[in-house]
Amino acid sequence: MKIHEYQAKELMAARGISVPKGKAVRTVSDAVAAVRPLVEGSGNPVVVVKSQIHAGGRGKGRFLEHPEVAGVNVVTAGIDGGVEATEEAVRQLAGKMLGSTLSTIQTGPEGKQVKTLYIEQGIDIATELYLSVLLDRSASRNIVMASTEGGTEIEEVADNTPEKIIRETIDPAFGLLDFQAARIATSLGLEGPAHRNGVKFLRALTSAAVELDADLVEINPLVVTTDGDVMALDGKMSFEANALYRHPEVQEMRDLSEEDPAEVEASEHDLSFIKLDGTIGCMVNGAGLAMATMDIIKYVGGEPANFLDVGGGADKDQVAAAFKIITRDPNVKGIFVNIFGGIMRCDTIATGVVEAVKEVGLEVPLVVRLEGTNVELGQQILDESGLDLVSARDMKDGATKILEATR
Amino acid sequence: MSVLVNKDTKVLVQGMGKTGRFHTDKAIAYGTRMVGAVHPSRAGETEAFAGETDHSGVAGRDDGYQAELPIFRSVAEAVAATGADASVVYVPPPFAADAIMEAADTGVGLIICITEGIPVADMVRAKRFIQDRNVRLVGPNCPGVITPAECKIGIMPGYIHTPGRIGVVSRSGTLTYEAVYQLTNNGLGQTTAVGIGGDPVNGTNFVDCLAMFNDDPATEGVIMIGEIGGTAEEEAADWIKAHMTKPVAGFIAGTTAPAGKRMGHAGAIISGGKGTAADKITALEAAGVVVAPTPTDMGAAMLQALSVEG
Repeated sequence: MKIHEYQAKELMAARGISVPKGKAVRTVSDAVAAVRPLVEGSGNPVVVVKSQIHAGGRGKGRFLEHPEVAGVNVVTAGIDGGVEATEEAVRQLAGKMLGSTLSTIQTGPEGKQVKTLYIEQGIDIATELYLSVLLDRSASRNIVMASTEGGTEIEEVADNTPEKIIRETIDPAFGLLDFQAARIATSLGLEGPAHRNGVKFLRALTSAAVELDADLVEINPLVVTTDGDVMALDGKMSFEANALYRHPEVQEMRDLSEEDPAEVEASEHDLSFIKLDGTIGCMVNGAGLAMATMDIIKYVGGEPANFLDVGGGADKDQVAAAFKIITRDPNVKGIFVNIFGGIMRCDTIATGVVEAVKEVGLEVPLVVRLEGTNVELGQQILDESGLDLVSARDMKDGATKILEATR
Repeated sequence: MSVLVNKDTKVLVQGMGKTGRFHTDKAIAYGTRMVGAVHPSRAGETEAFAGETDHSGVAGRDDGYQAELPIFRSVAEAVAATGADASVVYVPPPFAADAIMEAADTGVGLIICITEGIPVADMVRAKRFIQDRNVRLVGPNCPGVITPAECKIGIMPGYIHTPGRIGVVSRSGTLTYEAVYQLTNNGLGQTTAVGIGGDPVNGTNFVDCLAMFNDDPATEGVIMIGEIGGTAEEEAADWIKAHMTKPVAGFIAGTTAPAGKRMGHAGAIISGGKGTAADKITALEAAGVVVAPTPTDMGAAMLQALSVEG
């Protein structure tokens, strides 16, 4: 689960991790009102106006309605004009940004609507660094990744200058050890108070990542200020869905408006669904088989409209819900149901499909491939249902038949 | 011959809820030597099972079965009383990692964790805990392990399996069934099928299984089924190149998966351009693995791999 930058910084600040002061706002008047306390509190006339969406690349992103406005804007009007000038500049910016559509490299050309802005104090930056905490799957442990190349995508650093990436593995029995934090700080070129602050930052951040079950914490850039403070200038956090049950404060940060409505509905039925751009809807049991079903549709020349795993133990109501979610997509020209029953019995799937079709109707071709537990019973339910569907003997046969039926 | 489990393997079950009970019943029907269950609040009771024998399992049994499993307070007590070799975990996600560690602390040699949805941080700790203990963990989030007609531990349908010559190792449950069924239909059969699970942190990986199958005299070839995310398949490819003496076929799911999207399994996320299906297929083919173009061709790919090497 992803959260916004301002929420990540809220979680960090509560855990002693140094972040700039800021305020999340949803209206122009609140944006303007946020300016004075920030400027007076920090003594810095500069503020930054940052779009809050669940996608990166905001700084280089542009608004579709206002191509001259970036997703993140540094407001310097106050340096000469005082706080009133800052307020006026923020009023202008917020008016254009709020409610408009920000397109970044990660949102794709259609962009995402900005509903929240984060107004943040300006920081006098001496150095920009990179820091993240994430799972190293081959070691089965979390690692800290750091680099002196702040502000650059880490993938780019990994491709061009891999020697500039510092890694420390965290032993779950001990956490990040002091000497490891010191080693990272030294490798990042920190000295004096900045070194001390860097070590403190690293220890607090790695503890927070573990404590909150974050699957990624990325600080890019991590900045050293001219005063030797070490701060998260940006903050990205995402959380592992399986562990959310023990973090109600994080659950409350979920912003459903940032997610695909069909995916949200699917998750309410414990279905794993991802919307794609093709025309052939798929309903499958098991994640691997669901991916392989998409692959085989593509292999025979079609395009999958979705990934949908009904899971190992779905009941007929979940199957019906899955069917409704698939058929609601106007791009769907045909549906391929591919089931290899293990725990999931073929008769359960068959009953669910028949009930769903009776309830919502079926306006596109349907191909069903059943195999495994209770396959004869499942086939019989389909045959006796009177539904207009085509049976397939295996996956490739099913994919071919649905493709033919949609042409 | 086989790997990990055989007709003599004595199995405990941790987690006797609806799922645990259902699959324990199926395992007994198959002929697996289930010897006890662990359930702290029901210690001293027994759990009764009865039904129709699954004749695709262990041969030479009556058409019906009846069994009474003793229930123990702890895994340690259960192992001491039954001499169990393996424990299968159906405990719900919030408590499953602890159940794994409890089992690991008893000296039981094999733990198979079926539970899906265990927090990754819990598995990181559990894996750290078992690293210094002499125990093998398979899973979590896996269908289990089966040696056809000898021992079925997990949730796979027994009847699609048949004793034979091929070792199966897979990250995906239903794709394992797909491969197994094709090997049954084309007459190759299976020595043992191992589901290593779809989670990013798991106990046993492809290389572990390839090494076991390589050393198993009955296994003539191996089929490995991978998917996007991580680099386990690439590591397997390196190992195959350096050590594998038997033919290997493979399939990788997720060719069409969009980057950065999570396809059901927590581990199946492509991030930062790593872990794509194309990378994995290239690595496997370079190691001499016959990679099936579609999941329907997995059995055929195995036949082809055998004929090339033979």
